[in-house]
Amino acid sequence: MSVMVVRKKVTRKWEKLPGRNTFCCDGRVMMARQKGIFYLTLFLILGTCTLFFAFECRYLAVQLSPAIPVFAAMLFLFSMATLLRTSFSDPGVIPRALPDEAAFIEMEIEATNGAVPQGQRPPPRIKNFQINNQIVKLKYCYTCKIFRPPRASHCSICDNCVERFDHHCPWVGNCVGKRNYRYFYLFILSLSLLTIYVFAFNIVYVALKSLKIGFLETLKETPGTVLEVLICFFTLWSVVGLTGFHTFLVALNQTTNEDIKGSWTGKNRVQNPYSHGNIVKNCCEVLCGPLPPSVLDRRGILPLEESGSRPPSTQETSSSLLPQSPAPTEHLRSNEMPKDTSTPAEMPPPEPPEPPQEVAEADK
Amino acid sequence: MATEVHNLQELRRSASLATKVFVQRDYSDGTICQFQTKFPPELDSRIERQLFEETVKTLNSFYAEAEKIGGSSYLEGCLACATAYFIFLCMETHYEKVLKKISRYIQEQNEKIFAPRGLLLTDPVERGMRVIEISIYEDRCSSGSSSSGSSGSGSSSGGGGGAGAR
Repeated sequence: MSVMVVRKKVTRKWEKLPGRNTFCCDGRVMMARQKGIFYLTLFLILGTCTLFFAFECRYLAVQLSPAIPVFAAMLFLFSMATLLRTSFSDPGVIPRALPDEAAFIEMEIEATNGAVPQGQRPPPRIKNFQINNQIVKLKYCYTCKIFRPPRASHCSICDNCVERFDHHCPWVGNCVGKRNYRYFYLFILSLSLLTIYVFAFNIVYVALKSLKIGFLETLKETPGTVLEVLICFFTLWSVVGLTGFHTFLVALNQTTNEDIKGSWTGKNRVQNPYSHGNIVKNCCEVLCGPLPPSVLDRRGILPLEESGSRPPSTQETSSSLLPQSPAPTEHLRSNEMPKDTSTPAEMPPPEPPEPPQEVAEADK
Repeated sequence: MATEVHNLQELRRSASLATKVFVQRDYSDGTICQFQTKFPPELDSRIERQLFEETVKTLNSFYAEAEKIGGSSYLEGCLACATAYFIFLCMETHYEKVLKKISRYIQEQNEKIFAPRGLLLTDPVERGMRVIEISIYEDRCSSGSSSSGSSGSGSSSGGGGGAGAR
C-alpha cells in the first residue's frame, strides 16, 4: 500500500496583516518597510567596535588594564541587544477593527451626530473623555476604523495605529511606541555611554602611544583610530543630545509626539494627566513598568477558507472562541477590508492569499 | 429570559449568530485597560444586568492586577534590564500570566453563564484589547426562540457607549 504524504502549508496571521510592515523568521520579527538606515546603524556600531577591539583594546589591555575591553564588550553587547529588541519587536500596534466592530462604531457615530447629507465631507469624529479631571479628546482613525486610545497615534510610514506613539525612528527601522520605548531609551543611553567610552579611550591610546613613538607614527600604525574618532565625534553630538531629550521626556512622562504637538504646554492647554508629578515615579513607570504583550498574534494560524479543499474539521484553528459556522473567514475578511467604509453584510467570497504589501498598496 | 439550555458545543452547532454587541474601553482612569460597565440594551432580554456587570468588573480587576505598578513589577523590570532582556526568552512576564488567567476565566464564564443564555464572550486580547465582543445567538431549531438583538440597534446603541464614560 502506498502512503501519500500531504504537506499542509499553514498560513500564519502575519502574512495577512494590513499595514506596511515587513516580517521575518515566520512572524517572530517585525520591522518597518525601509530598513536601509537600520543597516547603516548596525554597520557603524559593529564597524567602530570591531576596530576598537582589534587595535586599541589590545594595547590598552596590556598597558593599562584588561578591564577596559571587558567593560567595552559589556556595553557593546547591551546596546546591540537593546537595538535589536527595539527594531524587531511590536511597538504596540493596535489591530484594525473587524467589519462587525467597525459597523457598530459607525452606527454609534451616526446616532450621535446624525446622518450626513450626500456629498458632504463628514465632520472629524471626536469623542470627549475625562481623565483625572481633564478633558481628553479621542480621535477616530479612518484607516483603522477605531477610536484611538489616548496617546495613540497613526504612523503614516507603517500605516498602523500605535499605542503611546513616540515617533517613527528610521535608525532602528521601526516605530517607537508603548512596547519598545524602554528598549529604545536604553539603546540610546548605552550607545551614548559606548560612544563616550570609545572616544575617550581612543584619545588615551593616541596620547599614550604618541609619548613613545610620536603622534604621526601612531596614526600611521593604526589608521582606524582616525575613523573611530570621527564617527564617535559626530555620533556624540546627535546621540547624547537625543538621550538628554528623552531623559527629559521620561521624567515628565511625555512622548515625542506630544512634545512636538505641544499637547501639554502653553497657557491655555491642559496639564499632562499621565504624569505622576514625581520624576522618580515617572521614570519607574516608563522604564520598569509592566510590559503588555503584543496583541497582534503574528504567529497565530489562520483557519483555511471553507471554499478550500480541506474540510473544516481537519483545520488548525486559532485559539479564538468564534464558532466555525459563521466566521471562518472573519480574520481574512478584516484584512482585505477596502479603505472606504465596508458593510458587514454581503462580503465578496474570500480571494486567494495575497502578500500584505500588495494589499496595502492597492488601498492607497 | 431564554429558557433554552445550551452548552458551548451545542451553541456552535445549532445556533446562528444574530448580532454582536461591543463593550468599549473606559478611559476615565487614564490609559489603563478597563471596560465600560454600562449595560448594553441589546442584552436586556438575555442576561441579568448584575451578572453582566459582575463579569466586566472582574475582568477590569484582572487587568488592573496585570498593569499594577508596584514593587514586583519594578523588580521584574530591573531584573529583565540587568539581563539585557534575555530573560524574557525563558520567562513569562507577569502580564502574560494574568492574561492566561483571564482566558480561563472567560472560558469558565462562557460555559457556566453565557452559553446557557445563548451568548458568547470573546476574549478582548483577540480584538486588540479594544472591545469585549459579545455574540448573541438565535436558536435555529427551537420553536419559541426569544427575540434576537438585531432589531433596530441604531437608536438604542446611540445611548450605549456614546460620549463619555461617566
